[in-house]
Amino acid sequence: MSGASVALAAMLLVVAAGSALGFYAGGRHKMDLEQWAVAGRGFGALLVWLLMAGEVYTTFAFLGASGWAYSRGAPVLYIPAYISLGYVVSFYILPQLWEVGRAYRLQTESDFFEQRYGSKQLAAFVSILGVVFIVPYVELQLSGLGFIVQAASFQAIGRTLAMVIAAVVVGGFVLANGIRAVAWSSVLKDVLLLAAALSIGLGVPSFYFHGIRPMFAALVRAHPNHLVMPGATQNLGHGWYVSTVLLNAVGFYMWPHVFGAAFTAKSGDVLRRNAVIMPLYTITLPFMLMAGFAAILIIPGLRNGDLSLLTLVRRTFPAWWLGVIGGAGALTAMVPAAILILTAATLFAKNFFRPLFAPQMTDDEIARLAKIMVVTLTGAALGCAIYSSISLVGLLLLGYDGVTQFFPGVVLGLYWKRVTRRAVWSGMLAGVIVVVLLILSHHDPLFGLNAGFVALALNFVIVGIVSLLTPAECSGFEEAPTTDVRVE
Amino acid sequence: MGLIPFVAMCLSVSLWDRIRPMPFGIPFNFFWLISWILLTPLCMWGAHKLERRQESPRPPRSEDAS
Repeated sequence: MSGASVALAAMLLVVAAGSALGFYAGGRHKMDLEQWAVAGRGFGALLVWLLMAGEVYTTFAFLGASGWAYSRGAPVLYIPAYISLGYVVSFYILPQLWEVGRAYRLQTESDFFEQRYGSKQLAAFVSILGVVFIVPYVELQLSGLGFIVQAASFQAIGRTLAMVIAAVVVGGFVLANGIRAVAWSSVLKDVLLLAAALSIGLGVPSFYFHGIRPMFAALVRAHPNHLVMPGATQNLGHGWYVSTVLLNAVGFYMWPHVFGAAFTAKSGDVLRRNAVIMPLYTITLPFMLMAGFAAILIIPGLRNGDLSLLTLVRRTFPAWWLGVIGGAGALTAMVPAAILILTAATLFAKNFFRPLFAPQMTDDEIARLAKIMVVTLTGAALGCAIYSSISLVGLLLLGYDGVTQFFPGVVLGLYWKRVTRRAVWSGMLAGVIVVVLLILSHHDPLFGLNAGFVALALNFVIVGIVSLLTPAECSGFEEAPTTDVRVE
Repeated sequence: MGLIPFVAMCLSVSLWDRIRPMPFGIPFNFFWLISWILLTPLCMWGAHKLERRQESPRPPRSEDAS
């Protein structure tokens, strides 16, 4: 057999095993909307951990991080920093969020806004923004999957065809399973990803340089500036680092899908313990970065940094291991993509379409509309992936700039009674407009600061001032809780 | 407790963003971040303990409340 068929077969096997695990786990539960979207709110510590790990460690960590280590150098260190700090933030926010989530039977981030500020329009606006900013994130996963299939087939399958296959598989996966399947598929994904990270991060340096120490020594000799900020870039210095880490750490749990994952937990303490352990998971990342650094010396001059890790693996390891790593990478793209699409589809149907256009829709009809949206959104992301050329990291930074604008509304909504609906509206609008203008006019970074950070600061100031100027309102969290009698 | 990792990994970047010394042959900034990936859970574990202690007058939150 040729290298390509061995690699592809190994990869297919891994993906099939991962999906089978998911189908098996998902098949035993009857799927209503609550089950499909928040798994009946019954996940213990283990499953929440798996679900969140499944959401957070995407192909972004796999290909994007090594890609930036290769092409930009030291600024890539922002990634392990912000992920660890994102969990720190979650320790203080998620348990409170979970409490109100249970009291008012919230399923989504928009439900939160609707309950707290008593405005369906605000909730609909949050939903549509969430959906819009999720598209680049899904696009990232599909592009990554495209790279992987392309590499594993030794270039026999083109990128576009690879991405179309990827999109069909992901869409089908979501339609059939709902969120429970996703949590279980990520078990296999995470084990394999760790194996891949170790073999690449330790194997590659020892294969080419006889160890990590000589590799870095050679790198420091050859490119002394690559390993300190701003690395290979002109404008990603310390100001950018601090502002980006802060922005992403607070934005981490503002992603509608991660926010929603908090509601799947059994208790608030599950989330708190989760926040304690999760940073350890970041430990695979340095290995990926190591691969990116090694690639600078071994395969210099790649036009697309995102390909560095896979090119390196193909050069170094036998075809079957390329296939296994490719399969792990494919699951790493599919699992988060599935969660993202599922969240966006539910948001659109439940929090945007129904309240504004069809208030009489039943939950079953919502579920059906959500499934149509799954197809539409997958198609949209696929279209973007085929026609755009932003790097994987660039795509995620774009998404973060957007979703972080929810942060003032969430955190002040939880902790500050005085904050009003109009204030949140004005802050969020201003933040989003500033982000879009700065990015479209190529002013990111602005004075060495991340554009999203500038917008977030403005957002906070506006929410504060307008809240104090508008008359006090009654918080939706002071109403009597929905009586929580559920028939299992 | 939660502020410690923020200061260490984010705000103090200009103090540790350099290559030398190279512990275990790893550039200092890279080594520093890897250490804090391991130290952050320790800090949060401490915070969890503290919070538990503050809540102790009340009975500990039961796990199976649904």
